[in-house]
Amino acid sequence: MTAQLSGRTEAAPTPARSSAFGFGTIGMIWERELIRYLRTPSRIVTSLAQPLLFLFVLGYGIGSFIGAGSGIDFHTFVFPGVVAMTVASTAISSAISVVWDREFGFLREMLVAPISRTALVCGKAAGGATIATAQGTLMLVFAPLVGVRLTFPTVLAVIGIEALMAIALTAFGVSLASRITRMEGFQVVMQLVLLPMIFLSGALFPLNGLPWWLAVLTRINPLTYAVAPLRDVIFRVQNFPASVLERFPTDVTIFGFALPTWAELAITAAFASVFFLLAVKTLSRAS
Amino acid sequence: MAVVEVTNLQKHYGATTAVDDVTFSVAGGEVFAFLGPNGAGKSTTIGVLCTLVRPTSGSAVVAGYDVVRSPGDVRARIGIVFQETTLDKQLTAEENLRFHAVLYHVPRSQRRKRVADALELVGLADRARDLVAEFSGGMARRLEIARGLLHSPQVLFLDEPTIGLDPQTRTTMWEGIMRMRRETGVTVFLTTHYMDEADVADRIGIIDRGRIIALGTPAQMRAAAGSETVELECTDRSGAAAALQAAGYASSEQAGRLVVPVQNAEQAMPRLIAAVGGQVLSARIKEPTLDDAFLHYTGREIRDQAAEGRAGLPAGWRNR
Repeated sequence: MTAQLSGRTEAAPTPARSSAFGFGTIGMIWERELIRYLRTPSRIVTSLAQPLLFLFVLGYGIGSFIGAGSGIDFHTFVFPGVVAMTVASTAISSAISVVWDREFGFLREMLVAPISRTALVCGKAAGGATIATAQGTLMLVFAPLVGVRLTFPTVLAVIGIEALMAIALTAFGVSLASRITRMEGFQVVMQLVLLPMIFLSGALFPLNGLPWWLAVLTRINPLTYAVAPLRDVIFRVQNFPASVLERFPTDVTIFGFALPTWAELAITAAFASVFFLLAVKTLSRAS
Repeated sequence: MAVVEVTNLQKHYGATTAVDDVTFSVAGGEVFAFLGPNGAGKSTTIGVLCTLVRPTSGSAVVAGYDVVRSPGDVRARIGIVFQETTLDKQLTAEENLRFHAVLYHVPRSQRRKRVADALELVGLADRARDLVAEFSGGMARRLEIARGLLHSPQVLFLDEPTIGLDPQTRTTMWEGIMRMRRETGVTVFLTTHYMDEADVADRIGIIDRGRIIALGTPAQMRAAAGSETVELECTDRSGAAAALQAAGYASSEQAGRLVVPVQNAEQAMPRLIAAVGGQVLSARIKEPTLDDAFLHYTGREIRDQAAEGRAGLPAGWRNR
């Protein structure tokens, strides 16, 4: 055996930086998330299954109930919501991988490394957001099937909104996952946090004309402010008659004031920052 | 020069004292073993040294940095192999090491070579592209040790490195650790509750109930536990005992044999046989073991000593 690891007698190869915030580190954590994702094709399929169920099965079921009187197909209405739902569930479930990392010990390998918690969360968020954005964009393939028209600029805008939303939700997921120490907790999060978030976001039904308590719940839901811009950019290119846009406004209204799209995006970005800081904080405590 | 310097270290968890005023130091290049039963405070101490556990009081300096004040500097200079595996099973062996190399800021130009060398060192070069999920427990451990050494740490911490491994795997693993120690000169700090593992160390600290109760080389420990003895099986025990008495050796009878405590058993044995005359059927030398030492210091056997772990270690692997 001729192999030899350079000993400590050599000129110190380890940089003295402590808690270095390196882009190399972020890139590596990001790469790991992607490798793991691509290595489990079943995950890609399963995370598409639920949105497709909502889009087609629920779409046709409810669509026939509502009828054509509204001037808009329910499929068309729900399509942006289903894209948002795909992004949200993929982002949260990939952030939850922190629980797996803890269960299988790998979290320790990362926590004892001379890297900052911020870099760790950055890598996780970047990885989860990339996967979620890709998964959400994949849903756009089904747009022609439900009669949704897409243009190139629209797709770009959708990807941008998806990415912002994915970062917010991955960070949210990491901050949750850092507190979960057992596998069962994962199911709890998915059922008690993710599903209500999706239902209360306006992804599946319009947010106007709700009873006051439901209106309040939807307005404190971070996801609401990402679903609205997504629906807005898609609706903009559908050539809807004015009556439809009036009946199904895409802007979130708070106290009768309709938020412009930039404000909704700003709110999403604000949520992303808060969740990010929260994730760094809870992960620091995790060691 | 001391690479690990622990002074009056204490760690309390509520009313429980896990580590109780521990002071010791480990010199550069040394293999130091913490020997003690489960729950003795070994893992807590190693946790403090690896900056994972915050000490209640006292200080610990590792590789020249205080573990509380400069945890990042300490982490960059140590390698850790935990009791439980911390590999990503969905990644290949090579990917696990590459990930580690990036996390520990190994310069990009050196990464590929270091990873290849590390895999070669633990005999996993041909499995580099295999998923860790396909590895046996022993292979995974070897990979973890390779990973722990990847960034050329000054100290390699091994917390119960062979727990859950079969005796044969343990032997090959230890050969690997000792070879790497030879080749890299790294200081090895390990915890164990296996006596034979502690025996390969240059120095042992016996820890029990959070306190270090003995510190020294394995030879010193054994010497403190009692002297060597020669055991003789004779046709006429009382006659032989009388003959030994006449030659100046005290003897006692145990399990049908005459037990003679002596200074140097190898030299004494021929003389004893000569003194007894033609009555000796068989003779053997018995040296005190670390088990005896542990018994001597703590007044009891090491708890939960795993029987299976003590079998099958050939004598040769101790002669590193």
